[in-house]
Amino acid sequence: MKARLWLKIVAVLVGLFLTVPTLVVIPMSFSSSQTFQFPPSGWSLQWYENLFTSPAWSTAIRNSLQVALVTTVLATTLGTAAALGLNRLTPRVRGVATGFLLSPIIIPNILIALVIFSAFLRLSLNGTLIGIAIAHTALALPFVVIAVTARLQGMDAALQRAGSSLGAGPFSVFRKITLPLALPGVLSGAILAFVTSFDEVVLALFLQSPSTLTLPVQMFNSVTVQIDPTISAASSVMVLLVSVPILLAQVIGARRGKAGRQ
Amino acid sequence: MTTGDGRIELVDLCKRYGSGPLVVDHVNIDIAPGEFLTLLGPSGSGKTTTLNMIAGFTDITSGAIRLGGSDVAPLPPHRRDFGMVFQNYALFPHMTVAQNVAFPLRERKVPKPEIARRVEETLRLVDLAGMGGRRPHELSGGQQQRVALARAVVFSPSVLLLDEPLSALDRKLRQSLQQEIKRLHQELKLTFVFVTHDQDEAMSLSDRIAVFNAGRVERIGTPAELYRDPGTRFVAGFLGESNLFTGRLRPGGVYEWAGHKWAVRDADGVPAERDLVVRPERLRLAAAPADVPEDANSVQAKVTGLYFQGTHLRAELDYGDGTTGCAVLPPDSVTGIAAGSGVTAYWRPEHQVLVTPPADPHPNEENA
Amino acid sequence: MPASTQPVDAPPPAAAPAPQPGPRTAARRRRVAALLLLLPACVALFLFFVLPLLNIVVGSFTDPEPGLGNYVALFTDGYTLAVLGRTLLVALVVTLAGLLLGYPYAYMMTLAGPTTRAVMVTVVLVPFWTSMMARNFAWMVLIQDGGVLQKLFGLVGLDGVTLLGTTTGVALSMTQVLLPFMVLPLFSVMQQIDHRLLLAGQSLGASRLSAFRKVYLPLSLPGVVSGASLVFVLALGFYVTPALLGSPQHALIAQVISVRTRELLDFGGAGALGVLILIVTLIALAASRRLAGAGSAVAAHAVAAGGDR
Repeated sequence: MKARLWLKIVAVLVGLFLTVPTLVVIPMSFSSSQTFQFPPSGWSLQWYENLFTSPAWSTAIRNSLQVALVTTVLATTLGTAAALGLNRLTPRVRGVATGFLLSPIIIPNILIALVIFSAFLRLSLNGTLIGIAIAHTALALPFVVIAVTARLQGMDAALQRAGSSLGAGPFSVFRKITLPLALPGVLSGAILAFVTSFDEVVLALFLQSPSTLTLPVQMFNSVTVQIDPTISAASSVMVLLVSVPILLAQVIGARRGKAGRQ
Repeated sequence: MTTGDGRIELVDLCKRYGSGPLVVDHVNIDIAPGEFLTLLGPSGSGKTTTLNMIAGFTDITSGAIRLGGSDVAPLPPHRRDFGMVFQNYALFPHMTVAQNVAFPLRERKVPKPEIARRVEETLRLVDLAGMGGRRPHELSGGQQQRVALARAVVFSPSVLLLDEPLSALDRKLRQSLQQEIKRLHQELKLTFVFVTHDQDEAMSLSDRIAVFNAGRVERIGTPAELYRDPGTRFVAGFLGESNLFTGRLRPGGVYEWAGHKWAVRDADGVPAERDLVVRPERLRLAAAPADVPEDANSVQAKVTGLYFQGTHLRAELDYGDGTTGCAVLPPDSVTGIAAGSGVTAYWRPEHQVLVTPPADPHPNEENA
Repeated sequence: MPASTQPVDAPPPAAAPAPQPGPRTAARRRRVAALLLLLPACVALFLFFVLPLLNIVVGSFTDPEPGLGNYVALFTDGYTLAVLGRTLLVALVVTLAGLLLGYPYAYMMTLAGPTTRAVMVTVVLVPFWTSMMARNFAWMVLIQDGGVLQKLFGLVGLDGVTLLGTTTGVALSMTQVLLPFMVLPLFSVMQQIDHRLLLAGQSLGASRLSAFRKVYLPLSLPGVVSGASLVFVLALGFYVTPALLGSPQHALIAQVISVRTRELLDFGGAGALGVLILIVTLIALAASRRLAGAGSAVAAHAVAAGGDR
């Protein structure tokens, strides 16, 4: 069928458009040249070596991990609690509260960056890792709320009543029934929070100081401030680190079909 | 946490949401220990709200609930010591069947070996021996509901609350589980409070039925009592089928409807607005007026449909004046009667019953 | 026990004042618990997000002096308007291009078998989750002078095509970077359209194309609106790509805001620009909400689950 053929061709082209450009970073990361010349003229592992040994880059990695971990803990705790609270509200109030909690998603990041920059300037939080973590928590919070809320909404409301009727007090119900069932949502919210923070460029850029560079900022500077091809090694690592789990998850999910739980 | 002997008293119970109308309107019910009482009514009649108040999931607006003689209002649900079975089973999906059933025992800090013994015993009671290791989603609807029952009785509460537990099941399954529930009631001798909108279910399972209408209990009685003597038009229509005539009771033991005059026994001679109800199985049909016995009450009718139903014959009747009804007859009594023909329907006066129509919004000169 | 009837027509007893049970009523307990749980998150958001935001918005009207000075300056400095226009244009182009590319791809995803679909989903999700910097860096490499794209253009006879530092280059890379945000909302809506509706349309006499146009297209509209509004809003405020691949001479709004904020510390002026973006964003969201139903706009953002990282 002619239409189908065209459709397939377009889909393949779009798929290539989505993936191929990014793949450029992989051969780049093995380049022996000191510039961003592509295709590379020679091959070397120097950039990977630099990525993990140079103080600038390893500090950046460490900073990013620290900030992301703090953000994950904060956002997941606050967000899960908020989602649980939302669940108990009457619908009208819930709508308003949800809108409030999700507001950071709607505001463009550049505006958030401007806003937080000016506020943190006054609070002397500029140029501190904890400042970046706080800012990232505000960004990540909505995603945790969404992930946990989705899970809670799929939960039968009668389950908590059943627990009560069987003698479990409110805390017991929470610990033994609500929390275990909400856990997948909490976990996926935590992962979202981590990735949001780890990959965040704009806020980290605004709040940076020479000693508090995160990995994305280091990468940004290695293009704009001082050419440093280590960025290609960093990029390749991140691309591969993310692609493999996602591909696995999708294929496993496809094979299991719809038989899995919920 | 105790409900004592299983006696439940609902005293002048009321529930109102915000400033709206009363959803539960001065309900008074006294449930004896070990009784199987059904709260029956259409959706929105307040029966589920009442059950939820007994459970403690819904706050009481006014009135009192006493379990085992003591007021339970200050007690949260988890301290009221009752078992509950929900419409959608509410089994914990992240636990096995055995863990589900063991849950209330663990909450009560029962020692482990004892838990295992009681779980096994209770699973056997509901015919699910050996299924302990399964997960809820691996079971059929009927099996899941039996797990729910097991879980609700394993800790020997004195009261079991059941919230339309069979509504999610298909007809055949429903009937077999009805028998399960009846059997459990007889074996365990707990007080059962059962909510349903299905009158067949209510009649076959209950010791007594409380019929709810718009938040009020219109009538309480045994199934037989309610069937024979519904008391109000609503109960007559809700419980079983009826031939209902809206006329007047006249002085001297006469009931008047659309020009007909029927004999009424044991009348106190006080004229009143009443409906006259005859159950379908009490009606007989005569092809000719001459075949009607002397002392029977009778009315002309047109047969609008005749259906053979194996064990009986069902005749749909139109009495004119917008009133219709039906008769249930022995299967071989079809002489001279066909769909479309005119017949005389008759019944003995002792087989009729008078019921009260709904209250007039403008109370008038009742006993004029 | 004899049957009993409540007198249906008796007047109800005088309503006794409802005894108010103590704080331990079920409803009140729930509310207190809910508020306690919500408090930390709301306080945190309020302190570190809402307050500063209000501050900036107010500041745009009062800093350095009360009045609309900042806004007037925006429209009269002969520079900002050009930037705004350029940004809007780029955002529109990126959105349209994204739609043209994303719609067939998403549609194909609904038709594909399980394994193919898994691959197609991965292809969309990976850019979504992979480092934004990595993707922008890759484009920089591709469109730089002497780079692959320039050579490709040379092959077809167009020599010396410069893309790095131009708005076109920025638009091209932004399209690719933002494409997942178009495909995901589209797919999530299309997934729910029953293909049998198309068959039903054909059985009623519509040609394949007609059935598609009259049945499928309208049903997919909420997805189109979600995806388009999401991409548009993201493109408006996008910083990384224009900063890396564009130039100060052809700046987009985000770059101007960055300079004003970090270098000039002109919070009033930057704030005014930010408020403008916010207004356009809110208008776009409101329009999409009207066109595609409540919740879909925010849902699209939620699907994005990552925003402009």
